[in-house]
Amino acid sequence: MLSEEYFKNPQDVPEILRKIEHCADQTGPIRLMEVCGTHTMAIARSGIKSLLPPSVELLSGPGCPVCVTPANVIDMILELSRDPRILIACYGDLLRVPGSSAPRSLITEKASGANVAAVYSPVDAIRLAEAHPELEVVFLGVGFETTAPGTAACILEAAALDLKNFSVLCLLKQTEPALRALIEAPDFLVNGFLCPGHVAAITGSDRFSFLPEDYELPGVVSGFEPADLLVAILKLASMIAEKRPSLVNEYTRLVRPEGNPAALALMDRVFCPADCEWRGLGRINGSGYEIRPEYAPWDAVPKFGLHVPTPREIPGCRCAQVIRGVLSPEQCPLFGTVCTPGSPTGPCMVSGEGACAAAFAYGS
Amino acid sequence: MTNDRITLDYGSGGQKTAELIDSLLLPAFDNPALSPLGDGAVVEGQPKLVFSTDSFVVSPWKFPGGDIGKLSVCGTVNDLCMAGGVPKYLSLSFIIEEGFLFSDLRRIISSIAEEAETAGITVVTGDTKVVEAGHGDGIYINTSGIGFHMTDLPGRTAIRPGDHILLSGSAGCHGAAVMAARTGMLNENSPLISDCMPLHRLSAASLGIGGIRIMRDPTRGGVATTLCEFADGMPFSIELNSSDIPIDPPVETVCGLLGLDPLYCACEGRMLIVCAPEKSEPILDALHKIPGGENASRIGTVTDEMPGKVLLRTSIGGRRILSRLSGIQLPRIC
Repeated sequence: MLSEEYFKNPQDVPEILRKIEHCADQTGPIRLMEVCGTHTMAIARSGIKSLLPPSVELLSGPGCPVCVTPANVIDMILELSRDPRILIACYGDLLRVPGSSAPRSLITEKASGANVAAVYSPVDAIRLAEAHPELEVVFLGVGFETTAPGTAACILEAAALDLKNFSVLCLLKQTEPALRALIEAPDFLVNGFLCPGHVAAITGSDRFSFLPEDYELPGVVSGFEPADLLVAILKLASMIAEKRPSLVNEYTRLVRPEGNPAALALMDRVFCPADCEWRGLGRINGSGYEIRPEYAPWDAVPKFGLHVPTPREIPGCRCAQVIRGVLSPEQCPLFGTVCTPGSPTGPCMVSGEGACAAAFAYGS
Repeated sequence: MTNDRITLDYGSGGQKTAELIDSLLLPAFDNPALSPLGDGAVVEGQPKLVFSTDSFVVSPWKFPGGDIGKLSVCGTVNDLCMAGGVPKYLSLSFIIEEGFLFSDLRRIISSIAEEAETAGITVVTGDTKVVEAGHGDGIYINTSGIGFHMTDLPGRTAIRPGDHILLSGSAGCHGAAVMAARTGMLNENSPLISDCMPLHRLSAASLGIGGIRIMRDPTRGGVATTLCEFADGMPFSIELNSSDIPIDPPVETVCGLLGLDPLYCACEGRMLIVCAPEKSEPILDALHKIPGGENASRIGTVTDEMPGKVLLRTSIGGRRILSRLSGIQLPRIC
């Protein structure tokens, strides 16, 4: 097995690139999509796009959990944060996400006196609730299958501690239904998927077999080092050239076909599938997670009687098309002028994982 | 609509801080000593003087490799050094929160005394204020420093294609150590320690060799933001080679875990030098002989390929543009 060092500094990059180019010569233009925000960042940081032949295009799909959270849900969170009895605990990249009236975001609400804390883990939110019995701590459970087990474990811990001033606003999403919706959309123009290594570590690589089986599309579960990405791109290009789509697990260092059964069991214990709204994709059946009724005391929705306001998208913002890979960040009229990482209009510019933030920070 | 209140981003040392300076501070106070926006101002005197000030609000106040006391001396000393000065006199002002432990204050004061002696600077004036509990985060310190101006540095307008970019040690140690300490990831045996140290010996040795266009200690915003400030709006570009930038393995690991980029993490004991190409070897030789300069390296070259930009050649030979830090570095989700 190749060492971790190989993946950071592969010696055979020119050879891999030659092979990718050879495949692309046979097929014509290839459009590949990554559906993981950490892949978007890793691609940008490694400068891979500057090395690939122009006929191989990498697109960022709905893989950034912050980016796919609709503006109306952010509006609801901002409204909640204005209650002085509530402390919002969330991952750092949610702080700057504007609702439908930019630049209002959690970071501006915090400057106006709201109780907002960035945490690295939901467990930190539990500690905050213990330290502040006078406040209601609401953890924003955002993410895909990667962050879902930690969120589930945290709800179980709160239940075990009988912690009454802690709850979770569950905004968790599932990867597969979103990919299916994307593929079935009329403007879908992608030839293969870089499948998310972190998600697959939980769900198992087998979860992505539907790509070749149901849609005749190749998929490669990839890690995050430059060589992981290059090897995955080569495997996708050669499957496209040979017209033999299948699902390949390149990230065998971490991902098993069956995934992590303990994590999956935790998720199943605490959550059940629910319909869910995605920015750019709309409402997708069974694409989210909902906290099971037995854990309702730790579910912020019934606890605070929350209702998601009617969707109101941001004027001029093309995040919805960027998330589906229909437009590249630079094709949005707001990119780099009105919308920058310092004052983002749309969510793709906010999170470090967002396609627009990556394109802005690392050039393209 | 713009923000109507100060957010944390305005203190990041990145784009928002620059906006604050350009839109609010420079229009009110613009003058020849201030407008170069160097680390310290060069003002009239016999000899000319260098003057600088800095406030320290680091949380937690102690971190591996230092504490707010050591930092408050190094921060101002280093700013004086980067402006071509020899540090001489320091003012010391405390804002202490009611309830702060005397034992902790003693430790901070002893750090200040020790570091001031090392750097050859004397504390000559000071002030203490105590605010009510809940109105401060334990302790804040402001220091201002005066140094004798020894060398005129021409500044970024003198940078030319072909010049070399030097870094006096590994990147991002201080920022990574503080972020890791903040998240409770570190204990006393952790290999990750802040690079916080006074730069007076390293800067004096470099200035003695000459050929230096500009020096800067890459604090908030890190190496990337400082280099962007050098190149912004200028007719040259800066090209870095990632494999030449020293980054300690613990820094790389912590940044990987926390979703940070070491090139944007603060250094508190490193300096970036842009110098004439023929001077880079002699400067590096001199730095290598001084404690804290052993890992000094040439990390890049000034080119004319993409004026105004900073470019990074990645480990696999790809190329990307480095931009300024836009706001506070935030931990990412996955």
